[in-house]
Amino acid sequence: MAKNKIMHKRQILLSGLFLWLFAVAGTSLVTVTEQTTRESILENERRVLLRNLHALLPEHRMDNDIANDTRRVTASALLGTEKDSTIYRARYQGEPVAVVFNSIAPNGYSGKIHLLIGIYLDGSIAGVRVIKHAETPGLGDGIEVRKSDWIRSFDDNSLASPQPDRWRVKRDGGVFDQFTGATITPRAVVAAVKNTLLYYRQNADNIFQPDS
Amino acid sequence: MTTNTEITRSGLWSNNVALVQLLGLCPLLAVTSTLVNGIGLGIATLITLVLSNTIVSLIRGFVRNEVRLPVFVLIIASVVTIIELTMKAMFYDLYLVLGIFIPLIVTNCAIIGRAEGFASRNPVLPSALDGLMMGLGFLLVLALLGALREIIGFGTLFAHAEIMFGEAAGSLTIVFNEDYPGFLLAILPPGAFFGLAFLIVGKNWLDLHPRAKGVAVEAIAEGR
Repeated sequence: MAKNKIMHKRQILLSGLFLWLFAVAGTSLVTVTEQTTRESILENERRVLLRNLHALLPEHRMDNDIANDTRRVTASALLGTEKDSTIYRARYQGEPVAVVFNSIAPNGYSGKIHLLIGIYLDGSIAGVRVIKHAETPGLGDGIEVRKSDWIRSFDDNSLASPQPDRWRVKRDGGVFDQFTGATITPRAVVAAVKNTLLYYRQNADNIFQPDS
Repeated sequence: MTTNTEITRSGLWSNNVALVQLLGLCPLLAVTSTLVNGIGLGIATLITLVLSNTIVSLIRGFVRNEVRLPVFVLIIASVVTIIELTMKAMFYDLYLVLGIFIPLIVTNCAIIGRAEGFASRNPVLPSALDGLMMGLGFLLVLALLGALREIIGFGTLFAHAEIMFGEAAGSLTIVFNEDYPGFLLAILPPGAFFGLAFLIVGKNWLDLHPRAKGVAVEAIAEGR
C-alpha cells in the first residue's frame, strides 16, 4: 500500500516534469523565433509604414524623411487615442507641407479601427488609410483601399467643404456613402476623420514645433 | 494498418473535418464570406495541421498519458505562434492578408482532434499525410462554402484574389451581373449555417446514391 503510494507520487512527479519540459521547449522555440525574426518584422513594419505614408502624400510634395520627422502627441478624445500617439510631418525645403495622424475610430462594428489620416497645411485631407481593423470580412472591410475606393472619398475634403454637419454617412443626412449592409463601420470612420480635422484646427500651431 | 488511400479518402470525404466531424466550425463560419478568404484560412490551417500532426507523432513514444492533452495544446500553440512570426518576418504582405486568420486556427478543434485521434497513435509519415488530407478536405469545404456565399451574396467570384495571389490574379475576378443587388443574408453568419447545411445535405445525398457518388469521387480524384 505504502509502496503503491510512493509509486503513484513518482508517476505524478514524472508527468509534471514531462509537462514542464515541453513548456520550456515550446517557450524556448517561440522565444528563439521571436528574437531571430524581430529585426525583419520591425523592418517590414517600417517599410509598410513608409509605403502607407507615401500613399497619403505624393512624394514630390515633400523632401524630408517623414518616418523620422515625428512628434508625440498626448491622448485626445478627438484622435480617439488613449495613450500618446505619433504624428508624422512632411516638409518641403524645410517648410511644413502636411501632417499625418495615427487616429482611432473607437466605435467600429468590431472594436477599434486604426487610421492614418494625412492633412495638408490648409486643413484639407491629403488621404486616409485604414491600417488595422477587425470589421466583418465582405461587409465592413470595404474601408480598406484594396477592397474599395470608398476611403478615397475623403480626399481634398475639409471642414469647410462639406459643411461640418454634412460630415456624416448619407443615411444620417451626410455626403459620404455607406456600404450595403454596413453603416456602422463607415459612420465610425467618417466621425474619426472629422474629429481629426477638428483636432488639427485646434492644434495647428503646435504641430510643426520640435518635439519637446 | 491504415493505408494511404484510406487516409486520403477519410480526410477528403468519409471523415471530412467540416462535413462529417463538424469540427472547426467557428473559423469556418466566420471567414467564408468570400472564396479568397476561405482559401486563405484553408491554407493556414493546412500548414498547421501537417506540422502539429508530424510533431505529435514524433513524440508519441514518450508522451505520458495523463499530460498528453496539455502537451498537444502546447505544441499547437507554439507551432501557430512560430508560423505567425515567421510569416511576419518573411512574407509580410501575405501576413497582412492571412494575419487575421491565424489566431482563428487556435480555436479550431480539428487540429487537437487529429493530434489526439490519429497522430498520437500512428507513425510520422501517415500522420503527416493525415494532416495534409484533413487540411485539404477542410480547405475544399472552406473554398466551396466561400464560393457559394460569394456568388449568392455578392454576385462575384474570386473577388480580391490579387491580395493573395499577386497582381496578375486580379483579373480572375468574375462578375456575374453588374447590377446584382447583393443578398445580405448569405454574407451574414446565418448564410454560413445555411450554406454548410446544404453542403452536408449534398454530401449525404451523394453517399446514399452510390452511382452519383462514384462520379463525384472521380471528379475530386481528378481535380487532385
